[in-house]
Amino acid sequence: MDLISPDLGLIIWQTLGFAILFFLLAKFAWKPILAALEERDGAIEASLSEAEKAKLEMANLVAENEKLLQEARIERDEILKSANEYAAKLMEDAKGEASKAGAKMIEEAKAVIETEKQAALTDVKIQVAELSLLIAEKLLRQNLSSEASQKKLVEDFVKDIKLN
Amino acid sequence: MFSKIIRLSFLLSVVLLTFSGVALAASGDDEDKTSFIMHHIKDSHEWHFATVGHSHITLALPVIIYSSDRGVEFYSSSSFVDPDTHHFGVEYNGYYIDEHDKLQAVDESRSFLDLSITKNVAMLFLVLIVTLYLMLSASSFYKKHPNRAPRGIASFVEPIVVFVRDEIALPNIGPRYKKFTPYLLSLFFFIWIGNLLGLLPGAANLTGNIAVTVTLAMITFFVTNFNGNKAYWKHVVATPGVPLPLLLIIVPVEIIGLFTKPFALTVRLFVAITAGHIVILSFIGLIFVFESYAVGVASTLMVVFINVIELLVATIQAYVFTLFSAMYIGAAVADHGHEH
Repeated sequence: MDLISPDLGLIIWQTLGFAILFFLLAKFAWKPILAALEERDGAIEASLSEAEKAKLEMANLVAENEKLLQEARIERDEILKSANEYAAKLMEDAKGEASKAGAKMIEEAKAVIETEKQAALTDVKIQVAELSLLIAEKLLRQNLSSEASQKKLVEDFVKDIKLN
Repeated sequence: MFSKIIRLSFLLSVVLLTFSGVALAASGDDEDKTSFIMHHIKDSHEWHFATVGHSHITLALPVIIYSSDRGVEFYSSSSFVDPDTHHFGVEYNGYYIDEHDKLQAVDESRSFLDLSITKNVAMLFLVLIVTLYLMLSASSFYKKHPNRAPRGIASFVEPIVVFVRDEIALPNIGPRYKKFTPYLLSLFFFIWIGNLLGLLPGAANLTGNIAVTVTLAMITFFVTNFNGNKAYWKHVVATPGVPLPLLLIIVPVEIIGLFTKPFALTVRLFVAITAGHIVILSFIGLIFVFESYAVGVASTLMVVFINVIELLVATIQAYVFTLFSAMYIGAAVADHGHEH
């Protein structure tokens, strides 16, 4: 068997062997392997694009959440503001009413005091008059008991009249 | 690591020389000492593994003969062996195996077909079994676990399959690559596993046999030309854009070109693998020629080194054969002919 002259027997066996190998491998190995590889490539591609989609959706959700939060914040601020205003107004009203009521009470108290004062003054006047009368009576009774004093009184009266 | 290799080489050399002392007692001159190289490189009707002293460890292989007058005949190759010399030469049923290990009929006028399971045919069966086992176990993984990352043999096979598909078939053949990927995959794995198994001690030189490489090259030739489209054939028989007088020169060149392609494929693989085997065996042969421990150590170191290179060559040659096949097929099925 020479080195560089191909042997017919071996060529026949090699052709047969390789043909069998090719058909067996093509049918039972390459077909399933290549199909599985392609399927897996497809699956990986699909899951990658799905992940990308999920990422986008997530970003959208986050943005929406942010928007909702912002809106809620604005609303809260508005509610707080209006509540403050209302409270201030309520306080203002209460203050006004209280001062009005106070003024009215003071007015009334003043009127009562005035009436009481007038009553007391009238009382005092009556008392003074009564006391004056009493004093005058006593004085009169004491001073006119003697002749001299009577004379004197008369003289005083006359003096006064002269003066007038 | 390196010191380990040196120690291992020394040990190997000592073992080889101890055995060789006995073996050499039987053999004579220097040519006998190196004849095992060509014996290993060529095909044979028996599978000779080793010679210990005077006893040969040999596997007798079936001899199958087909002839028009006697039909199919089966013999064992041991029937043709001389029991005294342990060499072929004995006549049996009108046949004998000559000194070139070629089956001959005693009656020289008879013609017959030698379909024996020679050493290389047995090696071919071994390569087929290993390749089929590896690929079928890999494919069973994909059937059992679809859409899962590969494990075991599948994880070994998958990157190579993807490489052949995406780096060899797709760029060289183009959009119709799917039709030819199974062929290229079978080709790559057959040559690669054949090259690797051929490097094992005692293995046959299958992918370095010219009958094997010429068969593979012819398969590529037929696949290429049976799938050749109009543009490809027009390019061969009437190259576009070439003036008529020049066509007289160009067309024969193109037609010769059809056949130089498979010829190049044949010779490239045959030479690369056979040369590698010869280099390794020559370094081992040096030990027996010089019968020196120093040469033994140096040779064994070189053998280890060349063996590592051969692992690389085994892969490169499988890749190159597949790549060129893909390129030839690609040129034949391309939608636009190459305009020169």
